[in-house]
Amino acid sequence: MTDTASRARQRGGTPPVRRKGELSPLAKAGKELDERLPAARGTRSLLNKVFPDHWSFMLGEIALYSFIILLLTGTYLTFFFDASMGDVVYNGTYVPLRGITMSEAFSSTLKISFDVRGGLIMRQIHHWAALLFVAAMLVHMLRVFFTGAFRKPRETNWIIGSTLLMLGIVEGFIGYGLPDDLLSGTGLRITQGIIQSTPIVGTWLSYLIFGGEYPGTEIIGRFYILHVLLLPGIILALVAVHIALVTVQKHTQFPGPGRTERNVLGERVLPTYGAKAGGFFAIVFGVLALMGGLFQINPIWLYGPYTPSQVTSGSQPDWYFGAFDGIVRLWPAWETRFPDYTIPAAFWAVQIPTIVIVGMMFYPMIERKLTKDNAHHNLLQRPRDVPVRTGLGVMGLLFYFVLVASGGNDLIATKFQISLNAMTWIGRIALVVLPPLGYWITYRICLGLQMHDRTVLEHGIETGIIKRLPSGEFIEVHQPLGPVDSHGHGTLQYAGAPVPKKMNTFGGVGRRMIGFFRPVAELPPPPKTNGDAQPEDARPKELAGTSSGGSSSDSSVDSTED
Amino acid sequence: MNDGSATEPTPEQLEQMSREEQMLAGAQADGVHILHRRDRFPVPGTKAEKRAERQVAALFGLTFLGALAFMVCYVAVPWKFKLGDNNGYKWYTPALGISLGVALLGIGCGAVLWAKKLMPEEEVAQDRHDDPSTEFDMQTTGSTIVQGLVDTGLGRRKVLTRSLGLGAGAFGLAALFPVVGGLIVRPRGELDHTLWRKGVRLVQVDGTPLRPEDMEPGSLATVFPNVPDGTTNAYAPTMLIRLRPGTVIKTRKGQQNFQWGDYVAYSKICTHLGCPVSLYEQQTNRILCPCHQSQFDVLQDAKPIFGPATRPLPQLPITVDADGYFIARSDYIEPVGPAFWERKNP
Repeated sequence: MTDTASRARQRGGTPPVRRKGELSPLAKAGKELDERLPAARGTRSLLNKVFPDHWSFMLGEIALYSFIILLLTGTYLTFFFDASMGDVVYNGTYVPLRGITMSEAFSSTLKISFDVRGGLIMRQIHHWAALLFVAAMLVHMLRVFFTGAFRKPRETNWIIGSTLLMLGIVEGFIGYGLPDDLLSGTGLRITQGIIQSTPIVGTWLSYLIFGGEYPGTEIIGRFYILHVLLLPGIILALVAVHIALVTVQKHTQFPGPGRTERNVLGERVLPTYGAKAGGFFAIVFGVLALMGGLFQINPIWLYGPYTPSQVTSGSQPDWYFGAFDGIVRLWPAWETRFPDYTIPAAFWAVQIPTIVIVGMMFYPMIERKLTKDNAHHNLLQRPRDVPVRTGLGVMGLLFYFVLVASGGNDLIATKFQISLNAMTWIGRIALVVLPPLGYWITYRICLGLQMHDRTVLEHGIETGIIKRLPSGEFIEVHQPLGPVDSHGHGTLQYAGAPVPKKMNTFGGVGRRMIGFFRPVAELPPPPKTNGDAQPEDARPKELAGTSSGGSSSDSSVDSTED
Repeated sequence: MNDGSATEPTPEQLEQMSREEQMLAGAQADGVHILHRRDRFPVPGTKAEKRAERQVAALFGLTFLGALAFMVCYVAVPWKFKLGDNNGYKWYTPALGISLGVALLGIGCGAVLWAKKLMPEEEVAQDRHDDPSTEFDMQTTGSTIVQGLVDTGLGRRKVLTRSLGLGAGAFGLAALFPVVGGLIVRPRGELDHTLWRKGVRLVQVDGTPLRPEDMEPGSLATVFPNVPDGTTNAYAPTMLIRLRPGTVIKTRKGQQNFQWGDYVAYSKICTHLGCPVSLYEQQTNRILCPCHQSQFDVLQDAKPIFGPATRPLPQLPITVDADGYFIARSDYIEPVGPAFWERKNP
């Protein structure tokens, strides 16, 4: 009998010796259930599902949890919101706006903020959750991009994810428009101008969306049903497919000891992963509750109701719309004119983000085509190992950051005492110059990091110990990571996992370090980093040695049979 | 999920197993290999274990206190807004946020800490099983699909296939009609006209008409046509500017007599994307759109001199009626606001 089994005996108590036909109430309920819907096997394999553990895998979870919080808080808000553009004279609690004519939508948003007990915090949590939802999706997407997690077989999920990001942005923008306040009304006005700028169908499209001449009386009602039914429904369905695909295809993992293309290493759903994920949902909710309570967001009573003749200086959209605002600010006055027809400058401006978005969506196919890499990938790549992709990612990010910054260039100009016109020109030039520059620098950094990894594998870790040779020469002592050849060069090959570069770090087995800032418990020495192609049973013995009753997969079978 | 390598234990063997052994056998059947599993605290009741337990319990206790505080704050803190009255209203939302946040963070951090510090430490490998289907499965599935289609006779019975295609296609199109048709609104040239007409008075937002002597030199007033919906219409808002004496405007051809003395009127709707161009710089006679920073020079008949706008702000011809109030001499002579496809370029 193995250690595991004997320990199990101690902990699990005596074997469950039951008299025939006598079941515990729980087992009885399970049996009744299974007789109707045979689910024992499916349930067990779901609870045994293994999730790899890496901090960057939590980003998608944040997006999922903020979406759930959006559904919860949003449903509450619908109890009080009135999506009508009908005029009312405000006579509510907020004195400064009394006697002002406004839409029912604006008035009911004031009601939520002032006359519903706890309504304001619900509104603010909802708004913060929306901002977090889009942000988490974007950062999650960056993680997937830079680690190559989108490669075959996961291209479909990349496209679904990109679609979700776009839908999230649209859903957020529409929700931001619902209160019919001056700030969002200004954003809506700009959006209408962009829609109207479409060649040939622009005017018809704008009339179709607004039900006539802008602003009309229908847009808030239409936005409402899109915001609370249609778009959340589509998002929910796509989220379900997204998660189903992750479940079926299983999560990717970083290379490391014992991790291969054919397995996934981590923790099972029950109990550890489930407890952590459930706890993390509460943490995300808790942070959003704190933000909703402490940080004011979208104080519509300070903006006032929408009217086409007014605007406030420094008008800013929510952050995820900043890039779109940035491009229309930067785009020069290049209008295409025919005698009877016009293609407005704004149309050309929005083609830029459109091209970037389409390129992003189809990036997996483009990369597969260019690299001719048609292999099945479950192991992630370190960004440094794919300099071209990493460079392209940085290029896209810089492009995006310039646009976001330009979306607030008037505020930057005010706060930093820079000429507004200079800010526009800085943005225009930076948009063209920075991305290629960023690509080149990133490419060089990646190559440098790659070379350093190989240097350490060949010569060992710098110990910081300076030795004086009899000849008088000073050399630094290097600690080899593994066996060395006759020249004293390390024989370990790079396998895509982090290489330890300082004494007392563990490189590829970093995950097993206990403690956040420094190791707080004694750990096994670093195993060989070439775990990539090893079958599980060739796992370094040290890992198994740490367990009090170490068991390979085989010994656990033994234990069940003796 | 069974990878076939593990043989299921017999019922007799199963009966002999402990609960944990049964769990391990189940994992084995699911292709889940528990490489490493041990209790965080193999010796029960150590100081470290008790400390970890106390930490988690303290966090759950925080949740209890937070939830309690939330209920108390919800009921006890004054929540009604009163202007200028410091009745504690401003603490209501922060109090709810802090108590709710503490309650949620307590249970969340507690659960994570519980998993990290007290639940058994595991290192588990699961087989992926993501090989493509077997040749047999693929061939037979393909044959099933194709044979099924052949059995329907879709390819063979040309008349049936074509009539079905025709019918289904027409029906699909018919379904689109009410969906799109109900939404389509025919533009009737509204974009070429505004509410301004000959003789309509220029009024302020509260409806009071304006006389020349109401404005200081160098000042700007937002004016609306004195017609129903004049102040809420999206294309009618107009800026009436009184120039400083001696300011000469380089007017566009055919618009020389649009101004009245030192008074000029331009559309307030930006020709870029329709924001109200609100910022008038008296000293430089420039108008700035706060949305995308287009700048218009009043001295050059509101021509765009910087930023994304491509067209000058349309000018409204004005004069003064017999009672001494400003009136429009006609509508704008060109479309107001953002450009569109049908906009002519004479």
